[in-house]
Amino acid sequence: MKLELRGITKRFGTLVANDHIDLTVRPGEIHALLGENGAGKSTLMNVLYGLYQADEGEILLDDVTQHFRGPGDAMTAGIGMVHQHFMLIPVFTVAENVMLGHESTKGIGALDIAKAREHVRSVAARFGFQIDPDALVGDLPVGVQQRVEIIKALARDAKVLVFDEPTAVLTPQETDELMAIMRQLRDEGTAIVFITHKLREVREVADRITVIRLGKVVGEAEPTATNAELASLMVGRAVELTVSKEAPTIGEGGLEVRDLRVLTPTGQIVVDAVNFDVRPGEVLAVAGVQGNGQTELVEAIVGIAARVEGSIRLNGTELVGQSVKAILDEGVGFVPEDRKVDGLVGDFPISENLILDRSADKAFSRGGTLRRGAMEAFARDRIAEFDIRAQGPATLAGTLSGGNQQKVVIARELSRDLRLLVAAQPTRGVDVGSIEFIHKRIIETRDSGIPVVVVSTELDEVVALADRIAVMYRGAVVGIVPGDTSRETLGLMMAGAADPEVAA
Amino acid sequence: MSQTTPGAEDASRGLPPEQLPPVSGPLVGDEPPPPRSNVVIKEILRGNAVTTILAIVLAMIIGGILIAFTDEDVQEAAGYFFARPGDTFAAIWSAVYGGYDALFRGAIFNYRADDFVTQIRPFTNALGFAAPLIAAGLGVALAFRVGLFNIGARGQMLIGAMFAALFTFNLELPMWIHLPLTLLFGILGGALWGGLVGLIKARTGAHEVILTIMLNYVAYYLLLWMVRTPGLLQREGTNQPISEATPETAQFPELLGPSFPQLDWGFVIVILATVLVWWVVERSSLGLRMRAVGENPHAARAAGVSVQRIYIYAMLFAGGLAGLAAMNQVQGSVTTGFTANIDAGIGFDAITVALLGRSRAWGTFVAGILFGVLKAGSFSMQAQGIPVDIVLVVQSLIVLFIAAPPLLRAVFFLPKTDQEKAAKARAKAAKKAVEA
Amino acid sequence: MTALAPAESADGTLKLATVRERHFKVPIVLAAATILLALLFLFVPRDGTSTFRFGGAGLPDAELPTAATSWILVAVLAVLALWSFVDARAYRRPALWLTIVFGVLAVFAFLVWASADGLVPVTSLLFGAVSLSVPLVFGALGGVIGERAGVVNVAIEGQLLLGAFSAALLSSLTHNPFIGLVGAMVGGVLVSFVLAAFSIKYLVDQVIVGVVLNVLVTGLTGFLYGALLVPNETLLNRPVRFDRLEIPLLSDIPIIGPVLFNQTFIVYLMYATVAIVAWALYRTRWGLRLRAVGEHPQAADTVGINVNRTRFWNVSLAGAIAGIGGAYFTLVSVPQFGKEMTAGLGFIALAAVIFGRWDPIRATLAALLFGFATNLQNLLTVLGTPIPSEFMLMLPYVVTIVAVAGFAGQIRGPAAAGKPYIKS
Repeated sequence: MKLELRGITKRFGTLVANDHIDLTVRPGEIHALLGENGAGKSTLMNVLYGLYQADEGEILLDDVTQHFRGPGDAMTAGIGMVHQHFMLIPVFTVAENVMLGHESTKGIGALDIAKAREHVRSVAARFGFQIDPDALVGDLPVGVQQRVEIIKALARDAKVLVFDEPTAVLTPQETDELMAIMRQLRDEGTAIVFITHKLREVREVADRITVIRLGKVVGEAEPTATNAELASLMVGRAVELTVSKEAPTIGEGGLEVRDLRVLTPTGQIVVDAVNFDVRPGEVLAVAGVQGNGQTELVEAIVGIAARVEGSIRLNGTELVGQSVKAILDEGVGFVPEDRKVDGLVGDFPISENLILDRSADKAFSRGGTLRRGAMEAFARDRIAEFDIRAQGPATLAGTLSGGNQQKVVIARELSRDLRLLVAAQPTRGVDVGSIEFIHKRIIETRDSGIPVVVVSTELDEVVALADRIAVMYRGAVVGIVPGDTSRETLGLMMAGAADPEVAA
Repeated sequence: MSQTTPGAEDASRGLPPEQLPPVSGPLVGDEPPPPRSNVVIKEILRGNAVTTILAIVLAMIIGGILIAFTDEDVQEAAGYFFARPGDTFAAIWSAVYGGYDALFRGAIFNYRADDFVTQIRPFTNALGFAAPLIAAGLGVALAFRVGLFNIGARGQMLIGAMFAALFTFNLELPMWIHLPLTLLFGILGGALWGGLVGLIKARTGAHEVILTIMLNYVAYYLLLWMVRTPGLLQREGTNQPISEATPETAQFPELLGPSFPQLDWGFVIVILATVLVWWVVERSSLGLRMRAVGENPHAARAAGVSVQRIYIYAMLFAGGLAGLAAMNQVQGSVTTGFTANIDAGIGFDAITVALLGRSRAWGTFVAGILFGVLKAGSFSMQAQGIPVDIVLVVQSLIVLFIAAPPLLRAVFFLPKTDQEKAAKARAKAAKKAVEA
Repeated sequence: MTALAPAESADGTLKLATVRERHFKVPIVLAAATILLALLFLFVPRDGTSTFRFGGAGLPDAELPTAATSWILVAVLAVLALWSFVDARAYRRPALWLTIVFGVLAVFAFLVWASADGLVPVTSLLFGAVSLSVPLVFGALGGVIGERAGVVNVAIEGQLLLGAFSAALLSSLTHNPFIGLVGAMVGGVLVSFVLAAFSIKYLVDQVIVGVVLNVLVTGLTGFLYGALLVPNETLLNRPVRFDRLEIPLLSDIPIIGPVLFNQTFIVYLMYATVAIVAWALYRTRWGLRLRAVGEHPQAADTVGINVNRTRFWNVSLAGAIAGIGGAYFTLVSVPQFGKEMTAGLGFIALAAVIFGRWDPIRATLAALLFGFATNLQNLLTVLGTPIPSEFMLMLPYVVTIVAVAGFAGQIRGPAAAGKPYIKS
């Protein structure tokens, strides 16, 4: 089935997320939709899938105009979607998830589970993997959950299949397996839309490439295009992601992590046997695929994690077992990976957000009363210093753009007297200009003699900032390698292989 | 993408035992909705005076319809509506006007009385009724700001009254010490009962709505048992489940003299409490932390705020305010001994007061006075044959309406907000496209 | 806690271990209950003969020596508690049957002690328990359906009350209890409509709407009662009630027969409703979709289920069911409507929902348990035990607090309950 999008425009208030986008996907081809985070790829696909209504433009399937009022219509028309955040119900079984929405029934509405089980098995067999139809989805590993998503779409005879950032949660091996499945589907005549921002994957699997930027189609490319060509199309200019930095001046002391183990409240180990040091004046980047224990490692350092064993020492002071407050008072600066959840109070003005971790400081409160004048002056200074684009200190943090929100968090953390900076995904969902700014500030922090831990799933960022790189896989540190280690080696390590030649 | 380490089954992100509310559904991550996307609280905090007034007007209109509908003269006149429709309308007018006129006379200004003292007395009565409503409402409002829905003002009031009676009723002390001591024990009792909720929530993560509902009943039966058990709280020489009278030395003196019996010094203390709550929530550094926990407990925790401790503080505080409400009853309006129903519905009214006051100290104060007026007026309406329950109907309707401004705008044909307009335009376009 | 270092698996990648943990909560609760009973028997000893009467079905009364029997039972309870400790030490979860057997025996031991030189009419005790549970069961089922669909229903109390009111009104007007029953369902649905409209369309917090709705219904029924029912009592508040229907054969079964099968139409309706809901929730398309919108509304949306419509109609259905519970007040137990006659039972039903972990069968059992506790209080007053009746009345609430506090991490409601679904 041929899919054609013509002049799709979608606005959210004043923001134009999609601006007259044209796209044609033919049966039997993998069409990559390449673009930065926030370029409008997911919005476009949600329009296609009937989750959003386009303000302008039309969708055609085999040259027939379609009007999708909801995902149900899109599915009936033959469009399937593998969502970035799996649309699976964890407490349902695989079979129940697959049948939901088009249940076959017998008698008075009773579910025909046997039929659904058979369906799951037969689709799985086609692609040569096994899956237990009666397993609870919540118990399955992430990679298998994604296959359930695929089966769900195929069980509805999807002729056009959209993969929305499918590799974000996968290891390189799982990614390869997914690509094999995509090729097999293509060879069977399915039209595939592959949304990603990862250049390597595009060049490996795509038949054609459409690049979008800021909601507009900016060009088409062949899979033979080089990384540099694709990158400059995607970002709009030749990006120099490397930050200019001097060789580190390493000091004494710093952060020492020994035999660290982190458990979930229910007793699962999520970080185990982790050892590393970070000296003053160096950046240790923690690399790895999302969900391999990096989040929990950071939470253990700042004292949020529920159950931590082992030792984390900062300049000789033990941090494990201390309250978050005590740890912050030790001089630990913390940039959380999800600023909207852990970083900011969206309904607070910038001025209150900037002193969130210092509300009892003498500088900002006297006799228990907040010194609103001091808070406002402080906010004005930080807004100027960190180039935060906002009307003023009273602007609500939640109304700022992602980049400016992140600058508020960074400003708050860097304006304290730090002895350690922990920055998790410091530039996720941040515009390119802010990325450069934030990277510069992180390096300045390093150069002022403060140990810095940067956690990032973006290899580019890791390579740009790191003096040394620790790669995490399944909760353990696979190895710690120099900052100039090749991407290939890092990729292998991210898949769990402890590289013999760099074993530290 | 907050999936956990492969191989780990649980999706929880290493929460401390305080068990913060989950920010996103299972398997959803990366861009979760802002934590506590509690639309109502936002509406209540941001709503403007116009919606409030419209809500009150609409609720009064519906109340009027109920009054007219149940009025016997109206029913009689409606029997021959087609013969003389004018009679029906006249009857409706006289029923509704009569009702609300009685409300006005009974709660604000009795223009039919002869001297000014008698004329203004209803309003002082209303202020007297308002005092405990404001105090308990402040407790609910403060908890709200910390993100806790405190339905337990009733239980906290009961335990407050219980404490005061248990520890201070049998003392013989001069007034300057007996009165504050009784007040203190009342506040303490309420604070402990509220703090218990905070403690259980902080330690185990149990939901405060369930805890407070259940503790209301536990408190009720506990007090019921005490006031019917000789040697505990039961009055000597009676079989009735009622406590001793409040000692003279523990009663609030009247504020403006014996001509205004309902208004006592308790009201002044309630004003002080309002100032205190305003200062704590809006101006103090503790308040900043409390509001941070209310708006986004995750960010508060990451910024070094002990969410558990804030929950406990907030509930202690909220319970203490409910205790103050109880003391306004015990030391003010019900001094002849109390039963297990000493809360007189104030604990639940407090929720509506706090909601109408948009969870702000002075808003709650004004809302409490409004509800005090309704309450005072309900008694004179009863003399007109209108059951007092009409007040509950009007109160709850006001709160429902202020919580749903779009409904109000639709009823009064007000312009829609930009958002609503956009949504409607989209829906129209989609429909057109389908029809084409 | 056993500790395992990460080991390399066959493909050279690391595998993380899971820590095995012991869970001592259940054993601790059982041990505490045993000790409490033992202390009670020790410090408030009662001696004599405890008589258990099993109705007129030809069964002889059971006469047991109070002290000996109660101490033997405490010993058995201690063994059971110990057993659960052993289980927990061996990393096993305590078996459900063990907890149930413990519960039954504990109640039995308590009754033996309480009825020293007294009589426990077992059949009428159970009959009363079932009767008191009926509104709780309907209310709890309404709660389960609503919450499973993602709408927290704190307005059960209001649904019961309006159900009771409209049942009384319509049955009085038509002299037909079945029409009264339909009226009760309509009353419950009306409350649900408001709950659904405000929480789904206007996105008002569901708990707040529920709480305010309870006030509204209390006020409205109180107002109409005072303004209409009291002046016209013969016309409007003399409901024709349901008569008992004895089911042949089944009602002859000893003990159970007269308890379960000599009841009114509403009780038989309750059996059917519980069975249908329990089956349909897990085995039908309706149930699958209902649970889907309550667990993960977005996922349901992406497979073409209209989340808000599904929620709306299921909340309405929940209201209808809770309304039937309200009808029980005025069409079976009391001859007329009275102000605030539901007296907080709606909140006990809510407690049953949570205690029953959002499962129809478990919630029904919890409702029966709470009904039993309430009824036990009447018996204890008759028997003259030194335990104040208020403490028995408190029991459902205390049990619920212990349940939500002690097992908060383990009992998990529908993931999306209480959250409005906002389509972007």
